[in-house]
Amino acid sequence: MSEEPQKSVFLVMSGDFDHAFAAFTMASTAAAMGAEVTMFFTFWGLKAIQKGNLTGKRFFGRMVGVMNRGGIDRIGPSHFNFGGIGRWLFKKMMKDENVVSLPELRQQCIDLGVKFLACNTSMDVLQITLDDLIPGVEAAGAATVMAEAQQAQSQWFI
Amino acid sequence: MSEAPKTCVLVLMSGDFDKAFAAMTIASSAAAMGLDTTIFFTFWGLKVIQKGNLTGKGLFGRMVGVMNRGGIDRIGPSKFNFGGIGRWMFKKMMWDKGVVSLPNLREQCILLGVKFLACKTSLDVMEITEEDLIPEVTAVVGAATMIAATENSQFQFFI
Amino acid sequence: MSEVTPDKTLDARGLKCPMPVVKTSQEIKSIGVGGVLLVIATDPGSMADIQAWTKSTGNELVKMEKVDKEFRFLIRRLK
Repeated sequence: MSEEPQKSVFLVMSGDFDHAFAAFTMASTAAAMGAEVTMFFTFWGLKAIQKGNLTGKRFFGRMVGVMNRGGIDRIGPSHFNFGGIGRWLFKKMMKDENVVSLPELRQQCIDLGVKFLACNTSMDVLQITLDDLIPGVEAAGAATVMAEAQQAQSQWFI
Repeated sequence: MSEAPKTCVLVLMSGDFDKAFAAMTIASSAAAMGLDTTIFFTFWGLKVIQKGNLTGKGLFGRMVGVMNRGGIDRIGPSKFNFGGIGRWMFKKMMWDKGVVSLPNLREQCILLGVKFLACKTSLDVMEITEEDLIPEVTAVVGAATMIAATENSQFQFFI
Repeated sequence: MSEVTPDKTLDARGLKCPMPVVKTSQEIKSIGVGGVLLVIATDPGSMADIQAWTKSTGNELVKMEKVDKEFRFLIRRLK
């Protein structure tokens, strides 16, 4: 087994709470085990790294910015969200079981050196700017990600 | 050190019939080709390895246990379920074309030595116990165990 | 060699996956190579996970035991 660290790449396209939780759990764990981890957030996945302010420049952009508002506290589970009740319910059940919260888990990833990349094209289409994203995120394109993926031992699409 | 066989790791987070079918097909094929295969069932994916009884301890846990009841015969397709009609329809279409049923496919995976791992955190949050799972589940583990399995893996799938 | 005294103790009781492994990876950096870290956890999943972590990172799991509801891991930092 070579001395080089393992590399792991995650493509996060889902903007759901449960998928983000799985992604950040796997990424932080891989990083904790010594891997160089990169997470590439595309389309709906951008919600997990947005600050949470309203986004959009022109009419449709701002419409999407309202309907698809980002922010790690705002995203809901993929099923049983029921307009937000499900999100509240799952957060409560997680807290009761002492499961780490999603914002804290994301911070763990950052502390462990996980690289956060944001998809250029998604940002343009959804009219989201780098300022709308949490600090520490770099914009990147598909070629950057695929190059990393080719070097990586594991690649995940969430 | 590359004497150990390459592994194949699948993380099944979806509880839908069609996604579970895809996952089990890939897993059984990989195992049949000699890859040491593991499926890590998390969150909604637990439904595929639940016995099908009602679950939950507290009020919310039992509520989730009713709305999200598990069991391999109970799960429906990700689209066009229409309250269960779609599930019946797709099962019938598969039967007519001689496609293996989902429970049989799961059995095949087990016979081929595919390891079934259950996510501890998901079990705790949804108040599902090990007794609520089918006995063939190999172990209840955390993320690190799953990530370790990927270190010598040829394929990794998140479904 | 039955008694190994840890240089540091990480109290991971009450923490659930992935936190025990994540905290261990951070805490191990604060002790020198050759030093020993004692991790105490209550998450049953941590048994398999800490073993997997030590194997992946090339550190030594000196001892692992279950005491009542606690899981105690003595880990020696090798790199």
